[in-house]
Amino acid sequence: MKIIACIKQVPDSEAKVKAEGGQVSWGDAPLVINPFDEYAVEGALQQKEATGGTVTALCVGPESAKEALKHALAMGADEAILVSDAALSDLDTVGAAKVLAAAIKKVGDADMVVFGRQTLDNGAGLTPPQTARLLGYPMLGLAGSIKVEGSAVTVERVLEEGRQIMKANLPAVLSVVQSIGEPRYPSFMGIRKASKANIPVWSLADLGISAPAVVVTRSELITPPTNTREVEMITGESPAEIAEKLADKIIAEKVL
Amino acid sequence: MDFELSEEQKVWQKIVHDFAEKELRPMAREVDEKEEFNWEAFRKAGPVGLAGMSIPEEYGGSNVDMISNAIAFEELGWGCGSTALAFTAHNGLGTSPIALYGSEELKKKWLPIVSSGKYKLGALALTEPGAGSDIQGGVTTRAEKDGDEWVINGAKMWNTNASIAEYIITLVRTDPKGGSKSLSMILVPTDAKGLSIAPAEKKMGLRGSPTHSVTYDNVRVPLGNLIGPEGRGLQQTLTTLDAGRISIGAISIGLARAAMEAAIQYAKDRKAFNQSLADFQAIQFKFANMEMEIELARTYIYKAAWLKEQGRPYSKEAAIAKLYATEMAERVIYDAIQIHGGYGYSREYGVERMYRDARLMTIGEGTSEIQRLVISRHVLA
Ligand SMILES: Cc1cc2nc3c(=O)[nH]c(=O)nc-3n(C[C@H](O)[C@H](O)[C@H](O)COP(=O)(O)OP(=O)(O)OC[C@H]3O[C@@H](n4cnc5c(N)ncnc54)[C@H](O)[C@@H]3O)c2cc1C
Ligand SMILES: Cc1cc2nc3c(=O)[nH]c(=O)nc-3n(C[C@H](O)[C@H](O)[C@H](O)COP(=O)(O)OP(=O)(O)OC[C@H]3O[C@@H](n4cnc5c(N)ncnc54)[C@H](O)[C@@H]3O)c2cc1C
Repeated sequence: MKIIACIKQVPDSEAKVKAEGGQVSWGDAPLVINPFDEYAVEGALQQKEATGGTVTALCVGPESAKEALKHALAMGADEAILVSDAALSDLDTVGAAKVLAAAIKKVGDADMVVFGRQTLDNGAGLTPPQTARLLGYPMLGLAGSIKVEGSAVTVERVLEEGRQIMKANLPAVLSVVQSIGEPRYPSFMGIRKASKANIPVWSLADLGISAPAVVVTRSELITPPTNTREVEMITGESPAEIAEKLADKIIAEKVL
Repeated sequence: MDFELSEEQKVWQKIVHDFAEKELRPMAREVDEKEEFNWEAFRKAGPVGLAGMSIPEEYGGSNVDMISNAIAFEELGWGCGSTALAFTAHNGLGTSPIALYGSEELKKKWLPIVSSGKYKLGALALTEPGAGSDIQGGVTTRAEKDGDEWVINGAKMWNTNASIAEYIITLVRTDPKGGSKSLSMILVPTDAKGLSIAPAEKKMGLRGSPTHSVTYDNVRVPLGNLIGPEGRGLQQTLTTLDAGRISIGAISIGLARAAMEAAIQYAKDRKAFNQSLADFQAIQFKFANMEMEIELARTYIYKAAWLKEQGRPYSKEAAIAKLYATEMAERVIYDAIQIHGGYGYSREYGVERMYRDARLMTIGEGTSEIQRLVISRHVLA
């Protein structure tokens, strides 16, 4: 089975977003593999272990995103491909899906394309279904477990309302959630392999497409109003007295 | 000169740090109190390469360079002293003699098993009830040839991992006449008949790392279980300990760093005389000393590791690194407890455990006195 795991590089979860002069930036926060995509790589590797085949990690991003791909290689992915082009500076999810779909076609013969449920920076979770749509593959989102039998894949979707079993023919696009299992640690052997790996960089010309037009733009940037909180210590002679005062307060504030 | 870690080493540091933070640190107090080995961490260590650091890739190991080894043990020590000690007794003592000196047959049979993390660990038994520092003169455990077997009789003391090991590499006297060519290493599977492993010693610290006395009563193993040539046991031991000292030093740095981090947090939060502890110069200067000592210890550990990687002599440097790092850790953690005031003396706060854990480091794998002996011999040679 040929599996493609799509990953993105994002700012570390401790990064502070800044909006200044109409520009959003993450400052100089360290960049990491999108934590949700680590589950995608984990899910892909599990399928490789179950049925054989290869895992290709695919990323659209700047040259620095090679580090995220190396993380996937160190976890056990067989190869990695970066799509990078100066014309891709302002990608929305539709644009990312167009580029990914073209790259997936260029890789060729994919049986399964696995995504994380969303990114840590934008958090839309739209790229997986949009990519599926462009490829004409069925979309199985929010998979908590994956089982491949013959040319079909069955997933258990983890939804707010409960669990849902869905089956589709391969090739298919999947997005996975945490129930897939904790992402494995990269290994020293993997790091060694990754540091020697030659990661090809494909341009838009290599994919035979031009830069996708932007469909989502930011019309205005506003910094959210700061929340001010006041703390009032309730004191009294005895616990009973304190409790009584507290109860009065709660009723007065109409909390209950 | 180049003080920069390679890209590979930086990534490795981050991964082992993550591993220590998720798998070791949350369990550190519990393994100490319950005196239980953290099996789950060992199971997970296999695939990461932390159970085969001294083992070539062809036998399932990760064969990390010595600087990466030091990096890993600092992080593991930062996470949990007990688990770090068990891991170093496994990697450095329990597997490297086989990887370095073992026959192809022994390597094929044992190394893939112990590097996988799926089974048990390795152990090395040098110390005896009557002999610790003086290995050459003191070892009385005997091995005699009988047909195609070794017959081993004697007793070992302070054996880390014995009860959680697949085998114990045992330093035995093969020539009763004594001398520097009278000792050999023999691999003894822990299920061998006549081998008894006593219940774990009740220790001051490192209580999540079991240590045992072991007795050998006519234990028979095949002649092929000899590791390296007969009579080379002392030299093999000294080489193994040189490398082991770098790991023990690195664990000490990790313990010191963990204690310092805890003290920094505490000093910033705790108020006395209307300011935070961190605002007192008396406290600030303690941190300055801690930082200085940790940095110096790490730099020197890396130097010793680098020399080994270059294939250059590093015995003196390993002794200096171990001596300084282990004694430094005691000073740093002493101060970390001091900064915590009464709370530092409580088991609620990790610094008390780190202090107990660090205490062994100036004793195991060559006491501070033995390190001074090694250094002075080089100086006066
Ligand atoms: C938790 C723990 C784990 C251990 N794990 C292992 C293990 O896995 N395998 C193993 O083989 N051993 C292990 N040991 C044993 C350890 O290596 C020895 O305790 C150590 O080598 C010291 O030996 P000893 O205890 O016999 O002390 P001794 O050698 O009796 O030394 C006692 C004191 O005398 C000093 N001394 C000795 N000779 C000299 C000298 N020539 N000049 C000056 N001072 C000297 C020593 O420095 C020390 O202060 C472990 C010990 C502990 C506590
Ligand atoms: C086993 C045990 C038994 C005890 N028994 C009793 C008891 O019976 N009765 C009782 O009342 N108390 C008792 N104590 C409490 C003990 O007296 C206090 O722990 C001690 O006075 C230190 O106070 P602290 O822990 O609040 O530390 P802190 O006062 O918070 O001090 C923390 C650190 O800051 C340093 N520091 C504080 N102020 C300054 C300054 N101005 N300049 C420089 N450094 C400063 C301290 O030296 C220390 O290193 C006991 C404690 C223990 C651990």
